[in-house]
Amino acid sequence: MTIETGRPDNLAELLRAGAPALSARWVELVAAPLRGRVSAPELERELTELYAAVLAGVESGSRDVQAAPYAETRALLSDLSRRRARAGFTPTETAIGVFALKQALFELVDRAEVDGSLGDVAAFSLLLDNLGLLTFETYAKAREEVIDEQAEQLLELTTPVVKLWDGVLAVPLVGTLDSARTQVVMEKLLEALVSTGAAHAIIDITGVLAVDTQVAQHLLKTVMAARLMGAECTISGIRPHIAQTIVGLGIEFGDITTKASLADALRHALRRSGVDVVAAQRGR
Amino acid sequence: MSAPREDIPIGADEDVVRVRQIVRSFAQRAKLSLVDQTKLVTATSELARNTLTYGGGGTAVVELLGEGRRQGVRASFQDEGPGIPDLTLALTDGWTSGRGMGLGLSGARRLVDEFDLDSEVGRGTTVTVVKWSR
Ligand SMILES: Nc1ncnc2c1ncn2[C@@H]1O[C@H](COP(=O)(O)OP(=O)(O)OP(=O)(O)O)[C@@H](O)[C@H]1O
Ligand SMILES: [Mg+2]
Repeated sequence: MTIETGRPDNLAELLRAGAPALSARWVELVAAPLRGRVSAPELERELTELYAAVLAGVESGSRDVQAAPYAETRALLSDLSRRRARAGFTPTETAIGVFALKQALFELVDRAEVDGSLGDVAAFSLLLDNLGLLTFETYAKAREEVIDEQAEQLLELTTPVVKLWDGVLAVPLVGTLDSARTQVVMEKLLEALVSTGAAHAIIDITGVLAVDTQVAQHLLKTVMAARLMGAECTISGIRPHIAQTIVGLGIEFGDITTKASLADALRHALRRSGVDVVAAQRGR
Repeated sequence: MSAPREDIPIGADEDVVRVRQIVRSFAQRAKLSLVDQTKLVTATSELARNTLTYGGGGTAVVELLGEGRRQGVRASFQDEGPGIPDLTLALTDGWTSGRGMGLGLSGARRLVDEFDLDSEVGRGTTVTVVKWSR
């Protein structure tokens, strides 16, 4: 047997002999703070697997959790942390899964139920600290993934194409437009034009903070694409400070119809499709 | 107390959005009018995207300036990309080496009060703009 850290210990022996008592107590300690949010059989299965992996690593003689003998442990731990992160557990609740094994060993050694020296306990403690840090890392990564996914979903949700009238679609653009967002909105609008056969589309930018060349280019391309599909596109809600900035940049909207407000744009679209909107009291 | 300043690494699309948000909040602190805020935000959006697209990423530095009674915002964009071989051409309306509108640089220059472009082929590009409150 090779001992990489140069510190001989009896850890493997200790973990093998104490296995039933240790893993049982471990499950108990982890289950308490999670209070039924992970089912008992599931937790038992997770931890039994993990225990076996840790034991295999320890038996190799290595105490370096980044080393090859701990590959299985790392894989199991990162799966577990990822599941916890996704299920909404806190980092503490996640890491406790590892640290509780330490406590289990302390208790059993303290009550002399297993035979462990101070050196063994210290070695194990260090090992588990490092594994605990690993769970934090995976947890953080998994949370980031969740946040990214949510941002993407939000993107999908916050780009509604609405039908204002028979044959008239509108899409309100809101907030800070990045390339991805503008692209999604524009694609949705074109898809909606196809599926509804609408002849008019209104892109309302009242809620947009700034129009730069990239946003302008997306707008222009969408209007051109809509035209190719036989639909007319109007841009509405260009507020004065945005208009001045667009002019300053040198962007020209050419022959694209622009209207001050969404209402004006709708009136324009209706007139083009042969509907005239007049005030009721002015009727003859 | 040191002057308010923010360094923003530019390495991805969302960093361009972050630059815009930070510039907007600095512009509000400098009490720029809504038009001037929008002009500065739009100009820096162009420069940040150039840093990303052509400079291969870099850094933005946004600072609050105080000079007598007027306040302003300076934003500087620095990259170590290929540089710009022909500055006059790059500043020509409608000229692009890529697939843009070719209005970012020239338009940004029109939207700000001070504009400084420094580029060396093979070394990189730095563009600095300032907008003052009126
Ligand atoms: N940081 C940079 N590094 C290298 N080249 C640059 C940099 N910034 C601009 N350029 C060059 O200058 C040209 C003009 O830039 P400009 O921003 O005016 O237009 P664009 O980015 O091509 O299109 P637009 O900004 O209108 O979408 C670019 O096509 C590019 O060749
Ligand atoms: Mg550009």
